[in-house]
Amino acid sequence: MLEGLLIGLQTALSMQNLLMVIGGCLIGTFIGMLPGLGPMSIIAIMIPVAISMGDPSAALILLAGVYYGAIFGGSTSSILLNAPGVAGTVASSFDGYPMARQGKAGKALTIAAIASFAGGTIGALLLMIFAPALSSVALLFHSPEYFALMVVGLSAIAAFAGTGQVAKALLMTVLGLIMATVGEGALFNLPRFTMGLMDLQSGFGFITLAMAMFALPEALFLVLKPKTAQEGDSGAIKDLRISRAEAKSIAPVIGRQSVQGFFIGVLPGAGATIASFLGYAVERNIAPKHEQDEFGKGSIKGLAAPESANNAACTGSFVPLLTLGIPGSGTTAILLGALVALNVTPGPRLMIDQPEVFWAVIMSMFIGNLVLLILNLPLIPYIAKVLSVPRSYLIPFILFFTLMGAYIGQNNATELLLLVGFGVCATALRFADYPLAPLLIGFILGGMLEDNFSRSMQLYDGAAFIWERPLTLGLLVIAALLVLLPSYRARRARLRAQGVAEGD
Amino acid sequence: MALDRWIALILLSICLAYGYTAWFTMDAGLAPFMKRNPIWPSTFPKVLSILGLISSCAILLGLEKAEEKPAEINYRRLGDYHLGQALLLLWLMVAYALCLRPVGFIVSTSAFLILGSLILGERKWPILLPVAVTATLVVWFLVQQVLGIYMRPLPGFWGG
Repeated sequence: MLEGLLIGLQTALSMQNLLMVIGGCLIGTFIGMLPGLGPMSIIAIMIPVAISMGDPSAALILLAGVYYGAIFGGSTSSILLNAPGVAGTVASSFDGYPMARQGKAGKALTIAAIASFAGGTIGALLLMIFAPALSSVALLFHSPEYFALMVVGLSAIAAFAGTGQVAKALLMTVLGLIMATVGEGALFNLPRFTMGLMDLQSGFGFITLAMAMFALPEALFLVLKPKTAQEGDSGAIKDLRISRAEAKSIAPVIGRQSVQGFFIGVLPGAGATIASFLGYAVERNIAPKHEQDEFGKGSIKGLAAPESANNAACTGSFVPLLTLGIPGSGTTAILLGALVALNVTPGPRLMIDQPEVFWAVIMSMFIGNLVLLILNLPLIPYIAKVLSVPRSYLIPFILFFTLMGAYIGQNNATELLLLVGFGVCATALRFADYPLAPLLIGFILGGMLEDNFSRSMQLYDGAAFIWERPLTLGLLVIAALLVLLPSYRARRARLRAQGVAEGD
Repeated sequence: MALDRWIALILLSICLAYGYTAWFTMDAGLAPFMKRNPIWPSTFPKVLSILGLISSCAILLGLEKAEEKPAEINYRRLGDYHLGQALLLLWLMVAYALCLRPVGFIVSTSAFLILGSLILGERKWPILLPVAVTATLVVWFLVQQVLGIYMRPLPGFWGG
């Protein structure tokens, strides 16, 4: 391993590759900040550039840098505008955006930068140690387990996204899953629920839906009810430092979530999105009662948890790609395409045949994280200035970027009309206090969930996989408990409260 | 009836329509050899329609008591807020969607940014105009030249 490390270090520290890391991180951060352009689209755009370089190590290093940068940039727009451009940073907006509104935007961005750095670095360390061993763990998971794992993820999201409103969150999740079935599925080659409309043939666009669920209602709320705390924002930018007590309280969160996020990221299909939501949910549940109430209102723990988890998961998602040749997410699937175009076959033999590629990527992860931290900490005051732009300029630009994001993704003007329509629906849902994040997550996972469900049904010729595989059954039981437990606890608390009242 | 129950009713009817399609009409066009499969295109939607029915009924019947908390915006008094501005901006977005192709990117985007700021009460023309036009040109340059996505810059009859 030491030999490999040295080879990797040598490759990654060459002038060309250092420039690749820095350039990739910068490009990723700036484009990732624009709501609607996620890592997937940025990497897809960068692929022609990477392939034309001809050197697989340099290409992979560049693309990995873009990936980290995009995730970091995405959390910036989540925190400042509540407009996550990437599904993996949706959870960061739960507490990051309230913090920004309370005038702590600078602190929120600092915490995000540090948590991302720690998550990415710890993830890279774990990748180095566990990559060979983890490939065998990931192999234990088959379609039924993936299906069950996604059900656990969705129920966890439903159970924790709505404060005391599990039914609403559940309905939103199901609605997201229903929307994901619209269009032509990969498994059947059959258009479903398109109502004969050509425009629905390829389904709803993820970016359009994400914009409509988050950015558009937020902008409309800003229009309807101008924020009163606008003046406090400019003072917030100075307040970058986190106190010793705060550092002490988030350090264990970052440590736990980096490890947990990494292992979730290793499982194909899970990735940064589930890691960040699960990380948020877990930290919320194990926090002391008085801190639990802070979550969703600007808790620093609630921001640090998803930030470290999603970065660690991004690193983790490289494990199945590099060791098995199986992409675990859309982004790594695009990376796989680039690798194949460069004549590199990822898989168990990659470490033996082309050690310089494998280790250079790992080394560049450390360098990339360091670059992101060094670049972003000093840039934070300038990034946070977005908030001091007057409302009459900011809102048209937010609306314009949501429109552009939806348009660039699909190159279709109908998409823009869909965006406005969904945006109005989402605003109505927000009026009625329906949580919107579960809908989007259901939509993202819907396709994968159905694929794995169908494959398991085919393999076991029916639903027998549920009880014939203990791991699947166990995971599904956990999912059911997750959904039922909050309402059971609420009911018991209510009954007890009533009893006390009567006793008096 | 509160808004959240009305929405639950609407979603319930969506689930019913979806379920009806999945349970009764979708399988009609299925090829005979596919019917031997344990999984049909309608299997997963069938499961979803049941889950949707259960959860929307749970909200409609008020099975789960949620604690009351003050909403960010009280929808019963929408007139108190800047509703007109919001509606105008929505119409502006629709107009932008319809104009983007025929009128071209540069004209429609500049117009969108200028009109959007005007709706929100901005009247400083010396700042407004250059900001809108510069932003439009920069974005067009980035999308067209850097990303390589074609967008017609000028109206069709000008040869754009």
